[in-house]
Amino acid sequence: MTEYTEVLDTSGLSCPLPILKSKKALKAMNIGDILKIISTDAGSEKDIASWCRVTGQELMNSDKEDGKYIYFVKRLK
Amino acid sequence: MSEEKPKRMAIIAGKGGLDEAYPPLILGSTASALDFEVAIFFTFYGLDIVNKKKLKKLKVAPLANPAMPGIGPIQIPNFIGGLPGMTFMATKMMKSWMNNAGVATIPDLLEACILGDVQLIACQMTMDVMGIKREDLIDELEVGGAATFLEFAKDADITMYM
Repeated sequence: MTEYTEVLDTSGLSCPLPILKSKKALKAMNIGDILKIISTDAGSEKDIASWCRVTGQELMNSDKEDGKYIYFVKRLK
Repeated sequence: MSEEKPKRMAIIAGKGGLDEAYPPLILGSTASALDFEVAIFFTFYGLDIVNKKKLKKLKVAPLANPAMPGIGPIQIPNFIGGLPGMTFMATKMMKSWMNNAGVATIPDLLEACILGDVQLIACQMTMDVMGIKREDLIDELEVGGAATFLEFAKDADITMYM
């Protein structure tokens, strides 16, 4: 179980909304906080990782549960 | 990484079909979420994407569009696409696919671009040619010419014409 600060459910939404909403949510959090993102978009598997690499945030963990994709992103900056 | 110069993307949006409005707005809004500096230059029919009265009513034409799907397995002959009402039908169909797939609407994506500080530039020359007034376009953009766009694009890492 990964600890997290806030959770964002983007179920049912397609590209680019999971990224746009994740960005907005993370921006409102403090450095060191962890955002749990839930998505049903298969494209998010690659996109969340790319977004983290490009913006310098840490993708701590990703997982698949009941057809949903779960990500834990730590705000580093 | 924060000391690094941000990446920059410059897009020219020259088309005003519903399907053609998505790529510049999706890439523009996503690039802003990736901390890029983004500018979109709207010219010719691309101006419809930022036209207050038209942006919610963009259409997709089935005529001369061989990729347009038929009804079930039945492919609709191309010339039928030219009949009255077919553009309306094709537009309705595409909007319903987009909605079912949870894709953002054009107004939503435009809003995301604005919130992400994407620079929106309307082409002065094509506004004059097409008789479009400043007040016809959304308030958040600026009006400029080729040099305005090129000044931004000269330092761009990615430049695209759509």
